Amino acid sequence: MTELLAARQVKLGDAIKTGLVAGIVAIFVSAIGMVQRFDSRIIFSSVTFSYVLLIGIFAGSGYQAARPPLRLEGYEAPKAGVRNVLAGLLAGTAGGILLALFILVAGTANLRPIFPNISPELVEILAFGRELGLGATLAALAAAVLGLLGGALQLVPQRLKKAIGGTFLWIVLFALLRGVLAPVTRGLGITSLTDLLYERQGLSIAGLVAVAVVVFSSYFFLAGRVRAARGGLERLPENRRRIVVLAGLAVVTLFLGAIPQVVGVFLSEVLSAAGIFLLMALGLNIVVGFAGLLDLGYVAFFAVGAYTTAVLTSPISPRFTPELTFWAALPFVILTAAIAGIMVGTPVLRMRGDYLAIVTLGFGEIARLLFLSDWLEPTFGAARGIRRVPDIALGPIVMKGPQDYYYAILLFVLLAAYVSWALQESRIGRAWMAMREDESVAEAMGVNIVAAKLWAFVIGAIIASFGGALFATRIGSVFPQTFSVVVSVTILVLVIVGGLASIPGVMLGALALVALPELLREFEQFRFLIYGALLIFMMLKRPEGLIPSRRRTRELHEEEVEQDAWLKAEAAKQEAN
Amino acid sequence: MAETVEAKAPRRIQLPVLDSFLWLIRLAAIFAVVWGAYFSLSSGRLSGAQWKDLVIFGLSQGSVYALIALGYTMVYGVLRFINFAHGEVFMSGAMVAFFVARGLSRTAMWTDQVFLSLFLVMLASAATSTVIAVALERIAYRPLRGKPRLIPFITAIGASFFLQYAIAGLFGFGFKSFPQVPALSGSFFFAGFRVLKTQSVVIVAAVLMMIGLYLFVERTRTGKAMRAVAEDQEIARLMGINVDRTISIVFAVGGAMAGAAGFLYLLVFQQVFFLTGFIPGIKAFTAAVVGGIGNIPGAMIGGLLLGGIESIGPSLVLTGLGIPSAHQLKDVVAFLALVMILIFKPSGVLGERVAEDRA
Repeated sequence: MTELLAARQVKLGDAIKTGLVAGIVAIFVSAIGMVQRFDSRIIFSSVTFSYVLLIGIFAGSGYQAARPPLRLEGYEAPKAGVRNVLAGLLAGTAGGILLALFILVAGTANLRPIFPNISPELVEILAFGRELGLGATLAALAAAVLGLLGGALQLVPQRLKKAIGGTFLWIVLFALLRGVLAPVTRGLGITSLTDLLYERQGLSIAGLVAVAVVVFSSYFFLAGRVRAARGGLERLPENRRRIVVLAGLAVVTLFLGAIPQVVGVFLSEVLSAAGIFLLMALGLNIVVGFAGLLDLGYVAFFAVGAYTTAVLTSPISPRFTPELTFWAALPFVILTAAIAGIMVGTPVLRMRGDYLAIVTLGFGEIARLLFLSDWLEPTFGAARGIRRVPDIALGPIVMKGPQDYYYAILLFVLLAAYVSWALQESRIGRAWMAMREDESVAEAMGVNIVAAKLWAFVIGAIIASFGGALFATRIGSVFPQTFSVVVSVTILVLVIVGGLASIPGVMLGALALVALPELLREFEQFRFLIYGALLIFMMLKRPEGLIPSRRRTRELHEEEVEQDAWLKAEAAKQEAN
Repeated sequence: MAETVEAKAPRRIQLPVLDSFLWLIRLAAIFAVVWGAYFSLSSGRLSGAQWKDLVIFGLSQGSVYALIALGYTMVYGVLRFINFAHGEVFMSGAMVAFFVARGLSRTAMWTDQVFLSLFLVMLASAATSTVIAVALERIAYRPLRGKPRLIPFITAIGASFFLQYAIAGLFGFGFKSFPQVPALSGSFFFAGFRVLKTQSVVIVAAVLMMIGLYLFVERTRTGKAMRAVAEDQEIARLMGINVDRTISIVFAVGGAMAGAAGFLYLLVFQQVFFLTGFIPGIKAFTAAVVGGIGNIPGAMIGGLLLGGIESIGPSLVLTGLGIPSAHQLKDVVAFLALVMILIFKPSGVLGERVAEDRA
């Protein structure tokens, strides 16, 4: 065994840089109006969500700055110590000073003509309502202390670290999700629970303690158990495992079916909106996740579905008089979507990667502009769109209201999820996978690339057109402005954040990224800003998504796996010596 | 080494049905263009002077596209990567140009020293875009170098959204109207064409900048380093070229051109808002492909060509085909040009200058 060099230490200069970045981020979220907008949401007593945001930024910078450097070959393992805490303190101080300077400038000069969101109210929030000098000093001090605490978090053991971070997040989440919990407890007849957890605004003391205790202990004691349970399931013999899985599915289905009765109209509405996006995300997941074809014009298929439904069913749609019901129109929707899929898919058969993305983007915009144009006004109504799209009727039952629509959307979502799941391991699914990894090799191995690509486009288009059909009937009208490129990118964000090619991941992505902003109105304004930042962040830090598909992870981290293998081999060699 | 292997492998999907289908589209497109143009011209709905106005307008917006296209083409040449957020780099410059111009227009300088103040506005715009482009590369793209190609591209989509809504958050969501420049109102005649004074400024400034850029890339040491890095990063590194720094400079130059384009855009179109960058960005990318991506003179020609097609195309072709209010469809024409070019001639008019094969 050779002598190891002394462990590498945290660089304090880097800590100051991290702090300055945090300061700039804090100023940025203030200047775009986030801080002021979030100030109306109270988490606990007088702590508002904007303070939570700033606490997160500065404590996070301290934590990041105090992170011990990577262990390199030939060095001792780094240990966190006083120096790490000092780094945290430095980061917090640097960021705090920057924020304090911003408070002083914003408090003295009137920046509103250029930056409409830098208002006196913002300064008041940042300066804790004190006069300018004192407030700025307090803000800087608070940031320094937060940086120190963040740095100190590096000293505690890994398990405790996770528990503390998790508790913090869950407390905030519980406070934010009051609007979700209240109707649920009302539906279940246990309003006393919400009365206990919440005050008039924000969490009550009892609620805070209860959430903290439950979350902390479950983090601390359950860590690793979940994974162990999953491992146990996989070790079960085939027939018993199938029984467990089926039982689980039955419970989930019952649960999903009961939701609208329990949660009430508003939440059903939110879930329906998220459901349509989830449906389309499942479709895009087939195109991008399974087949690796980055389609930025996916909204075109959504539009085709919506317009076909509207033209065929609405009594005031011109040029087509025998009005169909939703179900009678559905085969035509599928047909037009399939044709649209082939029309987009065929010319781009020879294209790969980014060029494909740009061409599909072009197709998407062309579709929107055509629906909007006066040229096709007799059929699609141009900017006025098509109104009076009737509700879905199933025999004598007419679906009215969000609670009914929830079931229609759930039906299609389950269908799409089943199709995705069944396709994944099918012959075509494996062809997609091979094509995604290397098109030339797949072709050489006998995969029919043309068929594989066209199937991906067609299946994706049909699923998106279902989304469009449901959207048209749910809203009752179709307007061309709805179908902008923003929708395509939103769906892409859902797929990528959840996890490319991972069905549970896509579901989580849709719930978190569509349902949450619908529930928390103050997020609405910053939705796309957050989507953009999330895309960058995910690509930089976790390209496989929140719930990764195993195979996809392997592809994305190929180099690291190789590196690990090399390290292991080296270690084995050293052992042998 | 990689090239020799790839040269032997079949590069294209062989499919006679597809080829005949594509030929059909090609013929239909040519037929539609000829047919539409014939009927438009024979109907005489637009006078000769009106056609000339459209040409000049096309040239002026085309020179804006050309300047933006330079950023796409240079970055693609070096990194084989479409900087999807480049349109937003352009928009940020235009946004800042608006605020500087608004500030200046309240002083006497705006009327007394027209060209100096316009130059200052352009400088501010170019500086903003340069800083944003370089920061973008440093924060979002550099850590992803060498990853699968779609990963930096998706990052760029994220960056594009982030910049749009960050600018909207900082400066507000509304339209911002560029102040009038009294000295540049009115028009003059040049070789039989009526040219607005703003249009002449735009065209002249763009041409000067493109000549400057061409000389910079062809004649200076830094330009040589850029070309070397575009050719082969590894060899360039071995020859002692600082690759990271050179790539930063590429982004900086591309950003500066986009910023200048932002200012010129304001002169032509008068207003800017947070989504302004998207459509011109896509069109400029089209221009870069039309001229052959990675090819600097190509981007200039592609930009002018696309500007012209977009300006003349709707009146020339679509009106002749009997489509009402054809000007509504000018973006459709531009997007169709994009789709057609990428499908039929992805190597562009002047040929692409990308060392490796496009995978």
